[in-house]
This record gives sequence, C-alpha cells and structure tokens, in this order.
Amino acid sequence: MSHEAALHNHEGHGYDDHGHHEHHDTFLTKYVFSQDHKMIAKQFLITGMVWAVLGGLMSVLFRLQLGYPDASFPWLESILGKWAKGGQITPEAYYALVTTHGTVLVFFVLTAGLSGTFANFLIPLQVGARDMASPFMNMLSYWFFFAASIVMLSSMFVETGPFSGGWTAYPPLSALGEASPGSKTGMDLWIIAMALFVVSSLLGGLNYITTILNMRTKGMSMTRLPLTIWALFFTAVLGVLSFPVLLSGMILLIFDRNFGTSFYLSDIYINGVGALSNEGGSAILFQHLFWFLGHPEVYIILLPAMGMVSEIMSVNSRKPIFGYMAMLGSLFAIAILAFLVWAHHMFVTGLNPLLGSVFVLLTLLIAVPSAIKVFNWLTTLWRGNIRFTPAMLFAIGFVSLFISGGLTGIWLGNAALDIYLHDSYFVVAHFHIVMGVASMFGMFAGVYHWFPKMYGRYLNNSLGYIHFWITMAGAYLIFWPMHYQGLAGMPRRYFDFSIWESFKQFAELNRFISTIAMIVFATQILFLINFFYSIFKGRKVTVLNPWESNTLEWTTPINPGHGNWPGEIPEVHRWPYDYGKDGHDFIPQTTPVGEDESGTH
Amino acid sequence: MTLYLSVAIIVLIFVVIFQIAKASEYVSILKGEEASRQQNNKINGFLMVAFLVLGFIGIYVCNEFYYGKTQMAQGAASIQGQKVDEMLFVTLIITGIVFVITQVLLFWFAYKYQEDTNRKVFFFAHSTKLELIWTAIPAIALTVLVVFGLRNWFFFTGEPPKNAMVVEVTGKQFGWIFRYAGKDAIFGKKYYKNIDPATNSVGIVWDDKYAQDDILTEQTMYVVKGTPVKLILGSRDVIHDVGLTHFRLKMDAVPGIPTTMWFTPIYTTKEMQEKTDNPNFQYEISCDQMCGNGHYSMKGIIQVVDQEEYDMWMAKQKPQYFTAFPEKDPTAVPVVADTTAKMAVVKM
Repeated sequence: MSHEAALHNHEGHGYDDHGHHEHHDTFLTKYVFSQDHKMIAKQFLITGMVWAVLGGLMSVLFRLQLGYPDASFPWLESILGKWAKGGQITPEAYYALVTTHGTVLVFFVLTAGLSGTFANFLIPLQVGARDMASPFMNMLSYWFFFAASIVMLSSMFVETGPFSGGWTAYPPLSALGEASPGSKTGMDLWIIAMALFVVSSLLGGLNYITTILNMRTKGMSMTRLPLTIWALFFTAVLGVLSFPVLLSGMILLIFDRNFGTSFYLSDIYINGVGALSNEGGSAILFQHLFWFLGHPEVYIILLPAMGMVSEIMSVNSRKPIFGYMAMLGSLFAIAILAFLVWAHHMFVTGLNPLLGSVFVLLTLLIAVPSAIKVFNWLTTLWRGNIRFTPAMLFAIGFVSLFISGGLTGIWLGNAALDIYLHDSYFVVAHFHIVMGVASMFGMFAGVYHWFPKMYGRYLNNSLGYIHFWITMAGAYLIFWPMHYQGLAGMPRRYFDFSIWESFKQFAELNRFISTIAMIVFATQILFLINFFYSIFKGRKVTVLNPWESNTLEWTTPINPGHGNWPGEIPEVHRWPYDYGKDGHDFIPQTTPVGEDESGTH
Repeated sequence: MTLYLSVAIIVLIFVVIFQIAKASEYVSILKGEEASRQQNNKINGFLMVAFLVLGFIGIYVCNEFYYGKTQMAQGAASIQGQKVDEMLFVTLIITGIVFVITQVLLFWFAYKYQEDTNRKVFFFAHSTKLELIWTAIPAIALTVLVVFGLRNWFFFTGEPPKNAMVVEVTGKQFGWIFRYAGKDAIFGKKYYKNIDPATNSVGIVWDDKYAQDDILTEQTMYVVKGTPVKLILGSRDVIHDVGLTHFRLKMDAVPGIPTTMWFTPIYTTKEMQEKTDNPNFQYEISCDQMCGNGHYSMKGIIQVVDQEEYDMWMAKQKPQYFTAFPEKDPTAVPVVADTTAKMAVVKM
C-alpha cells in the first residue's frame, strides 16, 4: 500500500485506487438528487432538450408572423389566448417570443444543455476520475439550473407578459416597466432566473476546472488530454471569469428597477408618465457589463462544440487530429481574445472611435486562431479513412457552418462595415450560423457519438442520417438568404415590414424561410423520438469500444456505475490520437508505448 | 379542422419514416455491421459532393433572385455609403475566396477519403511549416482589411467639414423629433424636465436666448443634397438607433448621452425615385435598436432636396417658441387683425 501511495505521489496526481463502494440507491438518489456526474449530465441534457423544443417552438411562432403577417390562425388564439387575439400574434407577444427564444437558446440550451451535459459526462470519464471533484456541488449546479428554468418558465404566465426587450436586456427599456409591459414583473422574474443560472454555471465551472487540474489519472499529463477536455477547460475558465460580471450588471439593474438608484438611468421622460427623477446614470454602462460576459459567452457556447468536433473527427477519420498543440494554442488564444473584444457589439453606441479601432483590431485577430482550427480540421480529413457515422456528419457540418458564419464575422467585426450592418438581418444570419446552428451541430455530434456510453444502446442510424441532411440543408436555406435581407438594411426584431418602403420587398422570401423553419423544427422532433425510443428500445451495445476510439471512457463497462471503473482506474501511457500509427488502426491511451514504436507526436 | 388534419398528416409521416428507419436497422443487422457501414459510407460520401454542388448552385440562384433587392444593387446615397459599398465588395472577395476554397476542400476530402478497406491512413500529426503558412496568410489578409476598415472608420467618425449643417435628432417611443438651430445657428439649452409633449417635446429651456429661434419638426427632416449634415442624437426615453440604410450609417440615440454622426447625401429624394424607378421611394430612418412594442413602426423620413427647395421649406417653419407662447408671436397679431377685418367686411 505504502509503495503504491509513494508511486502516486511521485506522479503528482492522487487518484482513488479502489472501486466504488456499492451504494444502496433509492429512486430519489439515483435519478433525482443524483451525485453521479453521468446522471447529472443526462439531467442537463434532457432539461436542455425541453428548453430547445420550447425555444424552437417560439421561433416557429414568430416566424409564422414574419412569413404570414396578414394571415390569421385561429388555433393560435386557442394556445396563446390574449397574446394572439383573432389568431394574429400581437407585437407584445412577438417581442416576448423573440426575447425568450434568444435567452433560452443562448443560456439554457447552448450553455447549460451543451457544456453542462458534456462537461459533466466527459470530464471524469476522459481524464480518468471516479467523479467530479465535488459531486455535491455538481448536483447543486443542476438544481440551480432547474430552479432557473422554473422561474423563467413561470415568467411566461404573468399578467403583463414575459420580458420582451431582447435577450440583451438593455436598460432603460429593461429597467422601466412604464416603457414596456414586458419590463414589469416579467423582467423581475427574468433577472431572478438569470441570477440562479449564473450560480449554477459557477458551481459547475469551478468543479470542471478543479477536476481537470487535480483528478487526472496516472500518466494523464495535460498534453495527453483529449481536445474535448481542453475545450471544456477553457469554457469553464471563461464562464467563471465572465458570469460574475453579468451578475453584477443584473444586480445594478435590480437596484435601478426597484430601489430608485440611477446606475443606468438619466434624463428620461416617459409618455404618459412624465419626467423621471433619475439623473447621471449611463445606459451604456450596462452594455459594457453585459457584453463582458456576452462575448465570452459566444465562446462558452462554441468551444465545447469545437472540442467534441476535434475528437469525433479524429476518431472517425481514423487519423490523429492534425496539430494538437496548434489546436490547443488556438483554443487558448480564442479564450484570451474572448475577453478583449466585447465592445465590437457596441461600435454604434457612440463609443470613442479610437477605442473602437482597438476593438476592430482585436476582433479580427480572432480570425487567425479560427482559421488555424479550420485548416487543421481539413488536414485531419485529408488522407484519412472516413466513417460517416451520424456524429461524423454533424462534425463535418459544424466545420462547414463555422466557416460560413466565421467569415461573415470578418465583415461585422470591421467597424466601418458594422456601422451599416449592425442589428440587421446580416447579424441574425451571422450569429445563427456560427454560434447557434454550428454549436447545435456540435451538440448533436456529441449526443450521437456518446449516446452508446450514456445509455448502453445505439441511436437509430438511418434516422440520424435523415436528421442530419434535412437540418444541414435547412440551416443554409434559412440563414443564407438572410444575408441578402441584411444587405438591404432590414433591421432585426421587427414585427412587421409592410409599412417600410425599403424593406417590404422580401415578403415572399420571408414566407419561404418560415416554411423551411417549420420543416427543420419537425425534423428535430424526429431526433427526439429517436433519442427517447433508443434509450429504451435501441440496439444494444455489445462491445466496450464501439467506435474503436482511444480515449478512456471506452475502457469503462458498457453501463458504468457510479465510480466509472469497477476496478482500478487505468493508467495512461500516450496521447489520445494514435490512429493509424505504425500500421495499427488505433492504439488506446492505456496501451504502453512499445519498444520499437516510432516517436510520439 | 385543417389543423387536426395537418397534425395527423405530420404524425403519419413521422410514423412512416420511423418504421422505415427501424426496418433499415434490422436489414443492416442481417447484412452485417461491416457491409452496412460500407453502404452508409458510400451514400453519405456521395451526398457530401452532391451537397457541395447543389450548395453552389443554390448560392447562385439565391444571388440571382435577391441581389437586385439589396441596397448594393441600388447604390449608396451618400459619400460614406459609397465607401461602405466599396469595402463590402473588397471584403466579399477576400472572404469569398476563402469560403470557396475551404468548403470545396471540406466536402471533397469527405467524399474522397471515405472509408476504403485498402487505404492505409497517413499518420500526419503535425507540420510546423503548414501551420505557419496558415497562420501567416490569414494574418496578412486581415491586416489589409483592418487598414482599409480603420481608414473609413476614422473618416466616418471624424469631424464633419466646416460647412456642415447641424440637426438634432431625438428619439422617443415611437417616433423622431428634429430640431434646427434657427437663424443664430446655435441650439438653445434643453433640460428633460421641461418636456411638454404638446408644446416642448424636447425640453427646450426658453429662458436661453439661443432657444427662441429653434425650430422643431416631427417625422420628416429636410437636408440639402451635397451639403454635409451633422446629426446630434439623443433620446427622450429608452435607447433608439438612427438607422440610415441608404446612407449606410447608423448610430444609437441614448438618453442622457449625446452621440453624433455625419454624412453627405449625393442624391435628392426625387433623383433617387427616378434612379430606383420607384415613385414611392423615401429615405427612411429605421429604429435599429429594440425600443419597445412599437419598435417596428418607428419610422422617420429624410427629404433630401436642393438648396432652393430647402430654403423655401425653412422659410415656412415657425420657431417653436411661438407655438409654446402664441401671445409673443409677432406674426400672430396681424392674423387676428386680419380675421377681425374680414369679419368686419362681412358685417358691412
């Protein structure tokens, strides 16, 4: 024993040598208040899916308005009541739907649903740990998210309606109930939900960082970590450093709303109310605080997808990821730059032009690490032996979307173009492609790839292929033409364009986009059916390592219990990307380096 | 009824797709995992190339359909706008080249290197040379764009020429108020607590001697073709944004913090109506910052006219001071006298 302990100390990473002691789990401790990272991951995933369906449904509803502004749908009144009097969505309802769609998709689906799921699921499994550093904190992280979800959901049922001022919640609109009915009780609930969400993401993030730094198994040095883990690590760091800033901004907003302070308010006269007493605040201050989170948030959403795509591409190309260190370096560069570009969302707020120019430079600088990543993915495919699993298809789709959406970022990051394109449909197209759909693709890739590990069964392949191709084509059909609308100057967040001589020429296109959006939404339902059917009835996994992958999670039993490995945690001897080396199709990380093996990466 | 019908049809389609998918899974088990994987690889490999080809055709078709409806086809209506358009095209060309190359490589590689039992993969983990190349090339391309962009940016945000006319624009839920400085060319002070929606919509301080000739108009602003216009922007309530699509500019209107923008219009509204072949053409100001439930209807109009027409319009404007205090209006007295005179005539 002491010999073993000495060995471990020498390695510098303590790890639990013993199999996990058998718990007597009740239904409550196994499925509800579970402290097993795998169960918590599934909780995040399924809650995220519920939100994705709700958020997607909202987009279908407001696309209905945009596509058919003159038509009336009596059934809308039966589900939305006074929000769709006479079968037509009211502007209040439209703005509430747009706002909630944004908030929910950005935070609840693509932050909690994506990084919450895969950080929880993959970190302990891929670094070789029995669980998170603090399983209890991990459980709290989910339940704070759950509480946030409940509060957000309840905000949709208050008399004055949910918050309707856009997901960015700029004051004074978000601070003054007199300025918009959605800024009354709905906004209070929105802030509370977001505050709970921030707590959840901090509890999660601290846990992820700690686990990655301290709980790697023997031999798992930092440069032997799969790129998924590196991506999740930087994601967690970004979240921990930026979410508190958002929270502080929100707290000041609560003060302005309820306690008569003037952090964001000055010189305001509201129709029908009169002049307010607030003087000396700055409405722009909130935008700085918001985007100090808001921009890193984009990478919080994108990095996990990048990490999973790197892993999935390498596994399914049967070839090492090209430029592991460059991939890692570019992740690091993106993480640093993420904190230095927030004001590119604010080029037209009256920002000092000199300051603006610095932000232009730093923003366009992000294109360099992004380009490195794209070229490295392409080289990973080059001369590989590609297996088109649904996960691989979504990974390739991710790269395609990341290229398309990333390149328009170069347009928008240049202030002199942003001054024209800001807040137009060009922006809508840009961020939906690069952040929304691309990350969603990363998430789908992850679900298809790790589903066998999660549930011990496979998803149906054919449904996966149908899901991918319709979603891929649909994503481009929806968002590509929006660039043209943006180049016509069409502003986003408009309920109706028919009174505008400059923007009304797209009625037909809007109808087309709305129709495609509905088809794509229906296709996602197909995915959900596949998901839930396969949990119970899918084809059973019969081999430990169905994708013939190198990483540690595939050394666990098909249905790993709490503690992941029944015996000792395996020791790691190499990096995770030895595919096609020395004539071997793959060499798992647990295989010791052979004597006549050629040099490592 | 149609609703239930369409829901039923969708459910039916789902069931059919689902059954086919399930059946194909059984077939693949019968065929063996290896064989079905090869078949899937073939199909998806082909679809990859098909997607690439159809994608490019789609881009072409989309461009044919919609380019004509964008502002690019119409051309910019200000000096600034022309620079923006020029820069848009340069950026389009640079990013377009990268787009085509990378997308072609992505889908082509996916097709070309689909699984083949005879192929031995190339163990290629790292190449400093390649990585340096694709760090350097984007960096150089971006430098060009940054330099180009910043030159324009500093021009747009810099000081307007000395001869610029100045208009103050105030946003409110949901409309625009314009103030001209009047004969003295100096705006009177304003303070938001003086706002009175009927007579003093921006809160002018009447005691200020510069204030008494200030002119207020709503919804329509007049500017002169060829003369630079400087706008001083503000808001009465929440954040708005003065979006000038045809001039390719926009700037937020923030309560309590004035912002500025300037541009030089190069076509009058009439010329633009002829140019676009649209008699209803208007230079519209769109609010581009979410400002409440009426956001989508917050429209203003800019009339670009020649100097002569502008002078005629300006001559008709009455300082707001006299609307607020009609008794002080020197022109009001004769009007009253006139009517009494007329009445006298009738009586006679």
